[in-house]
Amino acid sequence: MNARSCDVIVIGGGLHGLSAALQVARHGKRVVVIERHWVGRHASGATAAGVRTLNRDLGELDLSLEAMDMWHDMPSLVGDDCGFHANGQICVAETPKALAALEARVSGLRASGYTHEELIGPDELRRLLPELSHHCLGASIARRDGAADPHRALRAFRHSAEAAGVTIVEHCAVTGLERAGQDWRALTEAGAWTAPYVINAAGAWSARVAAMVGDDIPLATKSSMMMVSERLRPFIKPVVAIMGRSLSFKQSDQGTLVIGGGLQGIPDLDRETSTARMQVLAKGAHAATDLFPAVRDIRIVRVWAGLEAKTEDMLPIVGPSPNAPGVFHAFGFSGHGFELVPVVGAALTDLVLRGHTDRAIGNLQAQRLMRPAGATPERSS
Amino acid sequence: MKREFDVVVIGAGPAGMSAAIGLRGQGLSVLVVDEQAAPGGQIWRAVEAVAGTPTGKLLGDEYRAGLDLAARFRASGAVYQPQTQVWQIEPGWHVYMTRDGQAEAVRANQIVLALGAQERPAPFPGWTLPGVLTVGAAQILLKTSRQVPSEPVWVAGSGPLPLLYMAQLLRAGGKIAGWLDTSPPGGWRRALPWAGAALAGWGDVSKGMAWLREIKAAGVKRVRGVTALRALGDGRLQEVEYTGGDGKTVRAPASVLLSHEGVVPSIHMTRALECDHSWNVQQACLTPNVDEWGQTSKSGVYVAGDGAGIGGAQAACVRGELAAIGIAQQTGRLTPQAALGLAAPLHEKLAGLLRLRPMLDALYPPRASIFSPPDDTIVCRCEELTAGDIRKAAAIGQPGPNQIKSYTRAGMGPCQGRQCGYTIAHILAAEQNRPVAEVGFYRIRPPLKPLTLGELASLDIEEEKA
Ligand SMILES: Cc1cc2nc3c(=O)[nH]c(=O)nc-3n(C[C@H](O)[C@H](O)[C@H](O)COP(=O)(O)OP(=O)(O)OC[C@H]3O[C@@H](n4cnc5c(N)ncnc54)[C@H](O)[C@@H]3O)c2cc1C
Repeated sequence: MNARSCDVIVIGGGLHGLSAALQVARHGKRVVVIERHWVGRHASGATAAGVRTLNRDLGELDLSLEAMDMWHDMPSLVGDDCGFHANGQICVAETPKALAALEARVSGLRASGYTHEELIGPDELRRLLPELSHHCLGASIARRDGAADPHRALRAFRHSAEAAGVTIVEHCAVTGLERAGQDWRALTEAGAWTAPYVINAAGAWSARVAAMVGDDIPLATKSSMMMVSERLRPFIKPVVAIMGRSLSFKQSDQGTLVIGGGLQGIPDLDRETSTARMQVLAKGAHAATDLFPAVRDIRIVRVWAGLEAKTEDMLPIVGPSPNAPGVFHAFGFSGHGFELVPVVGAALTDLVLRGHTDRAIGNLQAQRLMRPAGATPERSS
Repeated sequence: MKREFDVVVIGAGPAGMSAAIGLRGQGLSVLVVDEQAAPGGQIWRAVEAVAGTPTGKLLGDEYRAGLDLAARFRASGAVYQPQTQVWQIEPGWHVYMTRDGQAEAVRANQIVLALGAQERPAPFPGWTLPGVLTVGAAQILLKTSRQVPSEPVWVAGSGPLPLLYMAQLLRAGGKIAGWLDTSPPGGWRRALPWAGAALAGWGDVSKGMAWLREIKAAGVKRVRGVTALRALGDGRLQEVEYTGGDGKTVRAPASVLLSHEGVVPSIHMTRALECDHSWNVQQACLTPNVDEWGQTSKSGVYVAGDGAGIGGAQAACVRGELAAIGIAQQTGRLTPQAALGLAAPLHEKLAGLLRLRPMLDALYPPRASIFSPPDDTIVCRCEELTAGDIRKAAAIGQPGPNQIKSYTRAGMGPCQGRQCGYTIAHILAAEQNRPVAEVGFYRIRPPLKPLTLGELASLDIEEEKA
């Protein structure tokens, strides 16, 4: 077996793995990304690519806001805008109760000093979304939000990583991690690599990688579904969600409608696939045609379900391993990790280079989800 | 309430109708769905309406043969639902379908996929120009609306279908500008080892000879060994350019060009259900692996007819009958001995009908050039991607078809990869110097057929009421 040594081994060639690899390598470190299938095979290739601060959990809001600034300056990171258009994200209220919930959210944010979300009334809503059904009462909006093109983002991150000297190894699974003196040795189907630092960005399978170094981090799996229509004339710019219903609705640069919003398929981690459930997607179709009656006759041409890790509190884990020095985790994005891609890579770079970061990952430490050592295992319900 | 049947048969062509008749004979409840308005499938399309008309006469005996089966099917007691699109099948089995804008899920213990074949997509420069279509498409127009192009048509391709179509077109008063025979030269030498089979299958061979004589008698110009085929024109077909077996390149005026390079099994549903498939080297296509009853690697999923491997209408009927017996046995309606007893003569008949296949495969192998179109030829029509676009993307890592899809959007349009799947696989294989079988095929995403948001939404409403 040939041993190869470098500075950082990144496990997982999704956007988070690539982003970290690229940013660390720009500081002169030798980095290898090891990916079981191919770059972007899982969540990062399946994503809706919404770039959203709207309705973000306060626990990750500061990080998300920094990421948003980075999205607005994306060409400086990867030489391409990744198809990002800041046409805003809008959350529509269909009922007085939903409107009240949005009002409470926005005034709460204001009280804490955040101004990125605003309320808008029916007139501005109509102006932004002329074809929206008239039953909608108002909405909240984050004007700097938007959406990107996931495949273009993958291409840009991949090319930039390679240009920064990152080695990408595809079709190669990491099967074990072990201590080798001061270093970590990653065992794979194609031999071993050693490095003092390991970044675990293995997406839906990250808990398995964490377990290789003794971190028992409870993780569930999310299998969000998407549907995409045939191309149609440009008719909507912002990304639209509905308060209290599962929907995210937008039009891509290609003219296709991209509809999702957390509708869940059936995940299968061992077979590394997930199955779409049409019965569930029908609810999304229902919500979409309620909001935009004009899309009733638009044909859906493709449906899929992605796989990613979900934590109990729906916040990701970004930070050092509690048990394994030199290992850093970045996973559990629970359906909203795309927007965080640039900033999480930057935070991991700080951690690798300096051992600490000023970025707002304080709420995202693994310990919060783990049992204190020695505690009796909780019975699972 | 969800409707339930013992068996749902998808497709009302020779195989589907035969399966339904057999299943009803065993007392099973059957739903047959099909996207067409009437039973018959591709070969016997609209046979009930057309068989007795002058068009039926010129379409010939093979066509009118479908009438009797359609009548027995109508009388079988199977619930028949035409103009219905099946767009998803989920384990259990739940068959999702749409009719008149309304979606529905039907439950069944067994399903029979009798979806037949599709024409092999054969890209060449200019094949997307208006005025260029396939022989199969032209034949459908002939069958359903007796449409005969007023201008002489060029026919380019290989296989029995162009022969049959040309004979039918001539009988209908159509004119043929020329027949560009693309079957690689040396066909009879390749076919010689099956001469015995040819004698055994003499009926079919003599039919083919008769069509040839009709074509010859009409004075149709035949150019043999055609290789480089191009359709030229500004906004629509104006000229056809080809290189004949003699190496000379010729350009001629053209207003209609029909191409055909054989047929391949429709595998979208079996692929979507993740049934096992094998690569057929002669025919350069995938076929689902099936047992003697036509059951796939998924218990309860049967394939009958050309979808299980190209065999023609008569073989499709026999395979439909065998599937029915297999299902009757699986559900306990027939003992294994009784099933074997019924099946024995059918298996013998099927073997006889398939005896000619290896010879036809040898006569009409897909010509190599359709798998390596020039760089400027469009290969994915929906997304307008050229062979050159795919070759460029093939240089990033060692991508398979699914990566090419995300790199380029090939196969992401409304045809869902039906038109470009094999071409993409062959281009990748050539670029990477690997066998096509190893390169693989697109993962098939639902829906199996495009459906509208309104149709999908109607499913939800239905369920909420229930
Ligand atoms: C359908 C869908 C819609 C979404 N919509 C949005 C959205 O609109 N906005 C938003 O912000 N976020 C969204 N997300 C979430 C976002 O896409 C993800 O959070 C993000 O892509 C995660 O990236 P990742 O790199 O962590 O994971 P992944 O892209 O899944 O990458 C992990 C990689 O690790 C590899 N791997 C796993 N185990 C091993 C091993 N042992 N050895 C080697 N490699 C291994 C896997 O093959 C995989 O390629 C969505 C997700 C899905 C599925």
